[in-house]
Amino acid sequence: MAEDLAERLSRFNLFSDLGRPHLEAIADPDRERWFSDGERILRRGMSGGGFYVVLDGEASVQVRGSELGRLRSGDFFGEVSTLLGVDPTADVVADGPLHCLEIPGPKLEAFLLDYPRVMLRMLQTEARRLQEALEWRS
Amino acid sequence: MAELAGERPFPPGEYPVVVVGSGPGGLQSSYCLSRLGVEHAVLSRDEEPGGMFRLCPIYERLLSWTKPDAPFEPGTREYEWYDHNSLVAEEPENQASVVPFMNRSYMVPSRREMEQGLASFAEMAGVRVRYGCSWESTHRETDGRLLLKTSDGEYRCRAAVFAIGVTEPWKSPIPGIEAVPHYVEAGRPETYQGKRVFVIGKRNSGFELADGLLPWAKQILLGSPRPVDTSVIALSSVRVRYLQPYEDAGLGGGTFALDVALERIERTARGYRVVGSGTTREGSLDLEVDEVIAATGFGTPLRDLGNQCGVRTVAQGRIPTMTPYWESDSGSGIYFAGNASQGAAGLRKHGVGAASAAVHGFRYNARVMARHLTRTHLGISPPMERVGGDLVEFLLAEATRAPELWTQKSYLARVVREDGESEVLPLADWLDHPTPGSSAVAVEMNAEGEIYPAIYAERDGEVRECLLPPSALNRFEGEEYLREARSVCSRS
Repeated sequence: MAEDLAERLSRFNLFSDLGRPHLEAIADPDRERWFSDGERILRRGMSGGGFYVVLDGEASVQVRGSELGRLRSGDFFGEVSTLLGVDPTADVVADGPLHCLEIPGPKLEAFLLDYPRVMLRMLQTEARRLQEALEWRS
Repeated sequence: MAELAGERPFPPGEYPVVVVGSGPGGLQSSYCLSRLGVEHAVLSRDEEPGGMFRLCPIYERLLSWTKPDAPFEPGTREYEWYDHNSLVAEEPENQASVVPFMNRSYMVPSRREMEQGLASFAEMAGVRVRYGCSWESTHRETDGRLLLKTSDGEYRCRAAVFAIGVTEPWKSPIPGIEAVPHYVEAGRPETYQGKRVFVIGKRNSGFELADGLLPWAKQILLGSPRPVDTSVIALSSVRVRYLQPYEDAGLGGGTFALDVALERIERTARGYRVVGSGTTREGSLDLEVDEVIAATGFGTPLRDLGNQCGVRTVAQGRIPTMTPYWESDSGSGIYFAGNASQGAAGLRKHGVGAASAAVHGFRYNARVMARHLTRTHLGISPPMERVGGDLVEFLLAEATRAPELWTQKSYLARVVREDGESEVLPLADWLDHPTPGSSAVAVEMNAEGEIYPAIYAERDGEVRECLLPPSALNRFEGEEYLREARSVCSRS
């Protein structure tokens, strides 16, 4: 049998502290989303976005069509706009078929409080991004 | 009315379009294609209309309302919002077809009332179907056309609409689940009298079973890894019934909804042994029960569409991936209607999903799909509506009254082009490919449950979003509201 979603999640840094029962609870089929090539997952300036973890495929982070970064399996996005309650400042566009796990924006806070280990991993990633940004400036 | 013997319509041959299925998705698609003047064949393996409503829900009560008396008269466009079960038609006499069959013991029709309403629609609106004709396999011809082989012979077409439901029983891969009957195989409620029953799954079909078994079973346990999302159940108009088993534990009734990841199910001399681990609360679970039922969901019966025509699927092959127009994103000319149209998820703003898995959502998808198919594969431009007068006033009137915008929130949008031509389109696709100078309106809902119109405008290559305030009684019109709307939109 193909690797199931819970197993896949266990190999991502974000979920690496969780045991099998918790991973199964997170890996609910209702949270899976699929996007076709060129479809936008987050839209700059549009309200109501969510938080996504890339399960399979690649996505491009763009502003007015120019690429600022790429997202691959295990990467996540949408947390900044969701946690701050603001609209996304960039588009995230599927580059080929894209498979994601979605936590709707209004559910992200409760999700992180339910899984504090996931919140800590997310915080470490954000800290690393901040460090990289500061290194770049100095 | 059933065709007389020897008069079955649509003999094998060549048609511009073939529709497969005679459930609500197939009937609605055929109706919409006919209205556009598109010649097509409708094939069904069944002997009569109704699709899955001929059998399900197994305990006979639907999820969605039909209110025979409402603020608007049956037959009007506005009334559609109060009738989530009838198919939609342009002729008032073909609207609200479920209403005459409601016995009003409940505002949610029974399975039988729904089946009668669908059959009545097919008869009144003149939807003809070749019954007893089973689609068996599919091939792509070298010229790009589709070839459908059926029990009656071969059909060739430029585009096909598969309205085949999401009806194939699916079981989650738990060791031992093979021995467990699926929801569709569950017995009548009385056959569970005095038994301890474990239901795998805590979504609609799980709660439908639990609700049906409450008066009979000795004890009911529902188990799945993720906690019950009461806000999802609450979106259904039968929430009171479905929440009854959920809240039964708190009332001391002995029913429990368990958050548990199941490790295995074993047959025992008396019944089953269910073994798993708690998710929300840690701990192991080891239960002896008399019966287990898998309410673990369904898949789309795609037959060979994947292997023969390259239709890409996801979720262990259960769902075809599709464009915002419900066309396979890897198989040109292969469209999905009915429940399978949920494969195009749309924006899901604030986590609010479309109603495409229910009649009141997919009946509108079918209308938009038929126009897209006609335009894209037959090269015929469907007629557009013309909008004159004040644009904002028109958009807000649509947000107040259009049933398709109300049931398909943040999913279907009323679009008006710069030249005043107008149609309903999937919001996601219009946002990504707006024509210059066009505007759109959608009805949206936020996390607080507030409902409000969103106006979008394409100007200079960018789409701006303008969220308007909610309104008492959901009336987004009148001078005061219009003034506020103009002020909000000029700022955004």
